[in-house]
Amino acid sequence: MEGAPVVRAEGLVRAFGDTPVLAGVDLRVEAGEVVALLGPNGAGKTTLMRILALLLRPEDGRLTLFGAATATPALRRRVGYVAHESFCYPDLTGAENLAFYARLFDVPQAPARVAELLAWAGLEAAARRQVRTYSRGMAQRLALARALVHRPDLLLLDEPFSGLDAGGVMALQARLTELAAAGHTVVLTTHDIERAAPIATRFAVLHRGRLAWVHEGRAPAVVVVEAYAAAVAARRA
Amino acid sequence: MRGALAILAKDLRIEWRTRESVSSMLVLGVLLLVVFAIAHDAPPDEAPALVPPVLWATFLFTGLLGVQRGFLLERENDCLAGLLSSPVDPAAIYVGKLLGNLILLGVMQAIVVPLAGIFLHADLWAVLPALVLVLLLGNLGFSALATLFAAVASRTRAREVMLPLLLLPLLVPLLIAAVGATRAVLGGGFAGARDGITVLIAFDVVFAVAGWLLFAYVVRD
Repeated sequence: MEGAPVVRAEGLVRAFGDTPVLAGVDLRVEAGEVVALLGPNGAGKTTLMRILALLLRPEDGRLTLFGAATATPALRRRVGYVAHESFCYPDLTGAENLAFYARLFDVPQAPARVAELLAWAGLEAAARRQVRTYSRGMAQRLALARALVHRPDLLLLDEPFSGLDAGGVMALQARLTELAAAGHTVVLTTHDIERAAPIATRFAVLHRGRLAWVHEGRAPAVVVVEAYAAAVAARRA
Repeated sequence: MRGALAILAKDLRIEWRTRESVSSMLVLGVLLLVVFAIAHDAPPDEAPALVPPVLWATFLFTGLLGVQRGFLLERENDCLAGLLSSPVDPAAIYVGKLLGNLILLGVMQAIVVPLAGIFLHADLWAVLPALVLVLLLGNLGFSALATLFAAVASRTRAREVMLPLLLLPLLVPLLIAAVGATRAVLGGGFAGARDGITVLIAFDVVFAVAGWLLFAYVVRD
């Protein structure tokens, strides 16, 4: 649906057993935004990301992506997701993993796309090595390449900076800035406010299953850190 | 179907590279065959009668091993979530995994069945086409049910224990029909195997359709 927000979440609720994780999350994300979702461990960031990635159903509330409420194959093609795990097969090479996902997503001219992403991720030399032999940083770069293989309109990144060295962080920041400038939308979770601050156009703090604070527009890291701490302290009080 | 074939090709590539499932299935298959042959200690003229139960008991246990390994692949690095986040229908994931299990069983049987003929003094060549038909039907039923339940078990903590506990009771009808059909085939041909084959076909259809329909509910949160 053209003109609809990319993400529109209203009152999302999710629990695991008796443990409530999301207690009514409202979130609206427009095209071209880079939203940094912050929060302490256990705040519900990963659960929210898995719901946005259509991997988990909310128990209550309403979620629409691009105006659609049903997880059709066409909608899944518009979403890319990097989770804590890479989703890559350790016994396949980096190139084989990307080619496999390109096939699942029906990516046209897949070999060229795979080569392009391997070059972007700095994995050309390791392309024919099994993923089992990759370092944490290489696996993370491969996971990012995998999530981009089908050119998603919405990119969901759960702790994307973890395991990356300084060069990897800069390459990722540059890529996310390019994607946002091209109209793609990015939602990322992180503890690393310093690395998210240069690229995020909006910040939100998730605490105890609810959005505790939202900052519209870019902000210096120090401002975000202070607001984050204040929001968490206020909800603890 | 493209998604199913991509998943099958991926599984076969990994298996070709690691040979973990086939080698463990083959070793277990031969070991079970030897153990059963020694335990029964039947004279050569009575040993051929043991072929059907020995074969199918061997296939069930080796098949469990292969099916379990197939889903362990998807648990490492949470690859199943990667498949589910793609536009591929979960039913296609089911079909891809089922076909992989069928191929693994077939490869194992290509070695174990001739060995069973040697160990148990049975001339299996004379009835090979009918025997292959029974094997294919039995394999399909086993794989249809086992693929579904391997997905269920893979989401539990004690998955290695859960799979046989969930699966073996449900496989009893298939086991009875397959052993009966194999015995009839070894006894002289299709005519006597008709009832067993009918049950196998019904089993295959019921559980393949059930797996196709239910797999999405089993694997999605």
